[in-house]
Amino acid sequence: MISKRIVLRFPPRLVEQPIISRLVKEYNLEFNILKAYVTPKEEGLLVLELMGEEEDCEKGIDYLSKIGLNIQPISQDVVRNEEKCTHCGVCVTVCPVGALVVDPKTRKILFHNDKCIVCELCVPACPPRAMEIHF
Amino acid sequence: MSKTIHEINTKIKKGEAVVLTAEEMIDVVASKGSKQAAREVDVVTTGTFGPMCSSGIYVNVGHTKPTMKLGGGKTTLNDVPVHTGLAAVDIYLGCTSLPDDDPRNKVYPGKFPYGGGHVIEKFVSGKDIKLVGTSYGTDCYPRRKLETWINIQDVNEAVLFNPRNAYQNYNVAVNLSDENIYTYMGVLKPNLGNANYCSAGQLSPLLNDPLYKTIGIGTKIFLGGGIGYIVWQGTQHNPSAKRKGNQVPCVPAGTLAVIGDLKQMKPEWLVGTSMLGYGVTLTVGIGIPIPILNEEIAQFTAVKDEDIFAQVVDYSESYPQGIPASLAEVTYAQLKSGKITLQGKEVPTASLSSYPKAVEIAEDLKKWIQEKRSFLTESAVPLPGPESGLTCKSLKEKTLT
Repeated sequence: MISKRIVLRFPPRLVEQPIISRLVKEYNLEFNILKAYVTPKEEGLLVLELMGEEEDCEKGIDYLSKIGLNIQPISQDVVRNEEKCTHCGVCVTVCPVGALVVDPKTRKILFHNDKCIVCELCVPACPPRAMEIHF
Repeated sequence: MSKTIHEINTKIKKGEAVVLTAEEMIDVVASKGSKQAAREVDVVTTGTFGPMCSSGIYVNVGHTKPTMKLGGGKTTLNDVPVHTGLAAVDIYLGCTSLPDDDPRNKVYPGKFPYGGGHVIEKFVSGKDIKLVGTSYGTDCYPRRKLETWINIQDVNEAVLFNPRNAYQNYNVAVNLSDENIYTYMGVLKPNLGNANYCSAGQLSPLLNDPLYKTIGIGTKIFLGGGIGYIVWQGTQHNPSAKRKGNQVPCVPAGTLAVIGDLKQMKPEWLVGTSMLGYGVTLTVGIGIPIPILNEEIAQFTAVKDEDIFAQVVDYSESYPQGIPASLAEVTYAQLKSGKITLQGKEVPTASLSSYPKAVEIAEDLKKWIQEKRSFLTESAVPLPGPESGLTCKSLKEKTLT
């Protein structure tokens, strides 16, 4: 079993299709919706955690890209500017998923990209504004 | 047995002084006792790196031709208004100053992306800053308008002068309401969603010299990556605050007013800081060396996070209403464990002050002394201590008639 976090962008023509349920039925994947919204122009954004066998995950993601979804691995979205971060640690309680944590030994702040769900709460909350959104 | 600052300086000159950080001193006193530690250790260095709103710079930009009196007019640096209530070309920029067109909290919570703190950081880094000034013109200062780039290298004086820094202890901020609140202590989540604190604890300068036995007016310090001096007690200095048996205050107490030549400071130790929904400030790096003159001082510098207490204060109601009330008392060891228990609930903690940077400052200062680049100073006058009876008062408002 592996788990993968991905950002899916739906063009308007796909917003109303039951795509995610096909991932469950045909590719045997479990999913956890971390964030979802539809913009006024009806493009959809879905941040998803997929869990299943590695092969099924690959096939499922392949299916998603074939039907026209834009897929990004999630870690590309929020980036820490290492020069700006002062390791104060105010972000650790802002982050809802524990992607920002204190290293108990050095007391430096670790950023685990793989856990980040791109909720972006840390971006304006960071005092030196070291958390940046990269598209 | 006791030592003098002169004796310690002689040892520094000979390269024989034993210098430790306040973190390292803890173990030495624990294993050897304060008597032996006082004999063996000469200097303990401290450090802190946190947002300090009462910070700013004054600059003499040099006279124009023909002359102009910025004083009494309006001047901005990178669109951030500066104080012009001084002589012709002296200006003061406070770190919380905001551009006139910043929407503040009109779009709540305001983002405050740029202000005085950011201008200071940029100026220190050697980048050109845009000065725009208008004034009324006089016979001796006829010019009324000025637009120019200025650079820290070219101005006559650029001085960091902070009326209040390095608070000796601080509140732990929480939110008892059922909505997010946005404060100078960070974003506080509803119903005790988090607890934010702001002190380097066992490394913090005034927590290592709780009765101001060595830190006083004239003390040479690490300030913003360069050399600075303590010039007075800081505003709101409150030495009469409640203390524990180890003399360490368990509420915000002493403060420092500090000064130093901005031209030798570094932008990584003066960082422009934006607090969501609150405003702009400056994160300042300060480190103070403490001469180990006797056993008592050795014992003070061995203070540990578990011996330093702070009060948990509700920032949704009691702080903004000015009602002094503590929900609980916790130690910095508890705060640094990542969670504290309040009203039966486990509350995650976060710090606004950077402990790793405080360690770096204490280490830098240690190196400066070991490499004979910095010596200890005798303070000219001590700071007012608990015996002074000095307190921090609230404003007594009087109705205008």
